Amino acid sequence: MSQTYRINSGLTDDSQKFNFTFNGKQMQGHAGDTLASALLANGQHLVGRSFKYHRPRGIFSSGSEEPNALVQLRSGAAQEPNTRATVAELFDGLTATSQNHRGSLENDLLAVNDLFSNFLSAGFYYKTFMWPAAFWEKIYEPIIRSAAGLGSLSKLEDPDSYDHGFLHCDVLIIGAGPAGLSAALAAGRAGLRVILADEDFRPGGRLNAETHEVDGMAAADWASAAVNELAAMDNVNLMTRTTVYGAFDHGVYGALERKTDHLLSSDGKPRQVLWRIYSKRAILCAGSTERSIAFANNDRPGVMLAGAVRAYANRWGVAAGKRVTVLTNNDDGWNTARDLQAAGIDLAAVIDTRAETTQGLTGVRTIAGQCVADTAGRKLIKSVTLTGGETVETDCLAIAGGWSPNVHLTCHQRGRPTWNDGIAGFVPGGDLPVGQHVAGAANGTMTLAAALADGRAVANAVAKELGATASRKAAPKAVDEAADITAFWQVSSKKRAWIDLQNDVTTKDVKQSNAEGFRSVEHLKRYTTLGMATDQGKTSNVLGLAVMADASGKSIPETGTTIFRPPYSPVPIGALAGRARGKDFRPTRLTPSHKYAQENGAEFVETGMWMRAQWFTKPGETHWRQSVDREVLATRNSVGICDVTTLGKIDVQGRDAAEFLNKIYANAFAKLPVGKVRYGIMLREDGICYDDGTTARLAENHFVMTTTTANAVVVFRDMEFARQCLYPDMDVHLISVTDGWAQFAVAGQNARKLLQKIVDPSTDISNEGFPFMACGEVTVCGGTPARLFRISFSGELAYEVAVPARYGDSMIRALMNAGEEFDATPYGTEALGVMRIEKGHAAGNELNGQTTAQNLGMGRMVSKKKDSIGSTLSERAAMNTDDGLRLVGFKPVDPSVTLSAGSHFFTKGATPNMDTDQGWMTSVAYSPMLGHSIGLGFLNSGSDRMGEQLLAYDALRGNDCEVEVVSAHFFDPEGKRLRD
Amino acid sequence: MIINHPLLGPRDASEFVVKGAASLIDRPDWQAENATDAFHDYMYLRDNPAGEHAELWYHEQGDRSWLVVTRNTLTHEVTKVEMARDVARARGRSK
Repeated sequence: MSQTYRINSGLTDDSQKFNFTFNGKQMQGHAGDTLASALLANGQHLVGRSFKYHRPRGIFSSGSEEPNALVQLRSGAAQEPNTRATVAELFDGLTATSQNHRGSLENDLLAVNDLFSNFLSAGFYYKTFMWPAAFWEKIYEPIIRSAAGLGSLSKLEDPDSYDHGFLHCDVLIIGAGPAGLSAALAAGRAGLRVILADEDFRPGGRLNAETHEVDGMAAADWASAAVNELAAMDNVNLMTRTTVYGAFDHGVYGALERKTDHLLSSDGKPRQVLWRIYSKRAILCAGSTERSIAFANNDRPGVMLAGAVRAYANRWGVAAGKRVTVLTNNDDGWNTARDLQAAGIDLAAVIDTRAETTQGLTGVRTIAGQCVADTAGRKLIKSVTLTGGETVETDCLAIAGGWSPNVHLTCHQRGRPTWNDGIAGFVPGGDLPVGQHVAGAANGTMTLAAALADGRAVANAVAKELGATASRKAAPKAVDEAADITAFWQVSSKKRAWIDLQNDVTTKDVKQSNAEGFRSVEHLKRYTTLGMATDQGKTSNVLGLAVMADASGKSIPETGTTIFRPPYSPVPIGALAGRARGKDFRPTRLTPSHKYAQENGAEFVETGMWMRAQWFTKPGETHWRQSVDREVLATRNSVGICDVTTLGKIDVQGRDAAEFLNKIYANAFAKLPVGKVRYGIMLREDGICYDDGTTARLAENHFVMTTTTANAVVVFRDMEFARQCLYPDMDVHLISVTDGWAQFAVAGQNARKLLQKIVDPSTDISNEGFPFMACGEVTVCGGTPARLFRISFSGELAYEVAVPARYGDSMIRALMNAGEEFDATPYGTEALGVMRIEKGHAAGNELNGQTTAQNLGMGRMVSKKKDSIGSTLSERAAMNTDDGLRLVGFKPVDPSVTLSAGSHFFTKGATPNMDTDQGWMTSVAYSPMLGHSIGLGFLNSGSDRMGEQLLAYDALRGNDCEVEVVSAHFFDPEGKRLRD
Repeated sequence: MIINHPLLGPRDASEFVVKGAASLIDRPDWQAENATDAFHDYMYLRDNPAGEHAELWYHEQGDRSWLVVTRNTLTHEVTKVEMARDVARARGRSK
């Protein structure tokens, strides 16, 4: 079989022959073909199976509105399901397969569904799979999942890359058909910065599919000339293969450009680009979409839209059938008949539903005042039976049901279209998105000369609005074709008459839905699935509304439309994601000691965007606990070093800096002496504790604050809010210096001895010279500027030393070298966590956004003598009850037992439920110092219940155990070590 | 959405973080007799108008200005953009 349906080359390039396969069958097409035109050229009419009934289906349209011809392209990881063959550009080596059948396309086992169609009508899922409930997950859902759906995913990672880009223009023209080209010429000549975007690979729209003349040239030639003129203008950006899929706020449009879909391989280039286009004005020239007429068995392969049959003949030189029947309710259907006759294609008859028509064609039988009532043929239509009873043999039925303006993008800002009886279609309403104009068929201007004039006029008006001088060049000349229409929607029948081919929605479903009370079109859509899925009902919505209007006795405008939302046509998830995928989903932040940590066996953990060393595996260690226990013991027994750069650091300066911090922190900061550090807690305005950290006063008007790693951004944002919105005249300035300073904790009995080798001798860091909670600007390693803080999270004698980030790598190495004689050990976040639990310090598990300072045992820190964020609401009675939650420690009664975070506490013997629940375990760790598992947790009146034994109930993991309530300060409760 | 920043000109909304109603500027006096009630209302009772709404937007991916953006919640039309600090001063938040 070799292109037996090809009648001429049309606008394709027959010097370039492309080989492709469909279901493994070798076929040939031309450059300039779509997969659909090439399939038709090869006589492949059956291309898929319908969604629900698995009915044989063929190509229905010639554009992005295609409901039927969904195929799978390519193979392996590049496999792409649900691609519309009508917009898939043919290339040499293309492989396509049909989808949605079990067994072969020709003999689909699920075609049995068609026999049970009476049970598969609207809402059958809701009605059929109601009971028993237990069946849903195990039986119904797997069956439905395997039977439904169209193509299948490769389940491999998408090998292609996708980009995002931004464009700006004076005017965005959407669609390069007659109105769009005319508008672009006018706007371009006026000197405006123009973007002309068209979804097709060949600009021209219907001009490429018609035999009309423009300015004395064949329409397609005029389109080529217009494109050449536009391409020569520096101020015009012509974007083909680009679908403008959404109209967003303030003149922003979304567009998808297909860069390599028409090539065998992307060859490392981005496959598609998702553009965000910022426009001052937009002119929507999206044209119109033809629709069908509902009658029995109107879904067979060979039943097509008349405009598409014409397009295949004119643009692609392909006969959709050997003996075509045209069914029309309007004058445009006759254009198909005329063009097919001119192309030498045999016409069985033209059936005009209008009793009176001015149209006629010599040599072709006209049947007026009738419609098709039924069709025959399984894998291709064989004949049609007319309402008058006559049967006509035919292998292609071209239906001209009227054209619906493509108003979609006029409605993306909730604009509602209005009904126009003259064209029997919806036209844009008055409430367009800001800056948007509409021209041509999209605006209801359905004829050629008028559309060309409309495009120019609208573009000239836009030029004027934008202060440019409009070109005086006249509109391209053409003749307006006859376009009368008398709406005709359906022939009632006891058999199924399709409205939405993609979702197998028939007139019966719409009537039933109305009878069952789904009166709103939005309900109709959800109940019947009319207008859903990849085509979003482009060919079916208006017909559906007409049938619904008929069933409810209302008019079409009274029935209204569903809301159009972006995208106009499908946008791949890959394109939406762009480069933000996998590890590039968000930036990765590395600590200054990352390289050192890598070299020393660190296991990393993601904390927000940061990669932090979790522990350092030494040779011979086979379990993370070995590494963590070793790091804790080494730190507590000598000295350990931890990169704490990730904590947020905020530099606060200004005459009012101290007063400002007094507002931000719940405890007092105004009187903190210079050279001292203080621990502070921050509340939200509702009184809940949300962050903690230390703030050092480096000078009278200079503080440096630390926040938790997790809240660094939010605290900074809130402080800017307070500074600008609450205290606008305070003299205070903030800057985030998190990335500016590399900071290391040096902790353990030998911390001072180690740092004495690092900190230049000009600074006295003896216990007297630099006591607990001291801070200062110092120099290290012979003159490098640094900051030193004597603070301790581990409970050991500890310092944190900060150097400009660029010295971070050198600093960790210098510290480790200096610490060699003390067996200094790098430690990670796990050891850090163990030591903070041993000391009873709160962290993220405790500061969980539900707990107050009182819950945390820090109630007295909230100063009542001053105003600070959250102070007033923190005093609410319900948040200050004596029997409220308190943070306490827990140890297992049997020391060999491992505690579980997330367990809930109950009195022994009580039935565990919400009423008897007394609190929960927040953090647990194995304490190498104590030799058993320890935990922190919140317990009702916890601080008054020391020594009490409780059940720690762990229903999730079944890991219940008995625990004893103890102080949260497991290790060195007096805090002697850190003051030493 | 595009926000016309008073200092930087038109900027894409994706550069901003939105906080909520601009009434959050009017933080009550902690020493007032009804302070708890006033703070309760300040925190929890917000208008949710279908129409013009003054909102706080923070130019986090930009110059860190807090702005008061008057926006129509039905159409997203932005009718006014002010520096929040100026608004705060005008509402008497100078010390």
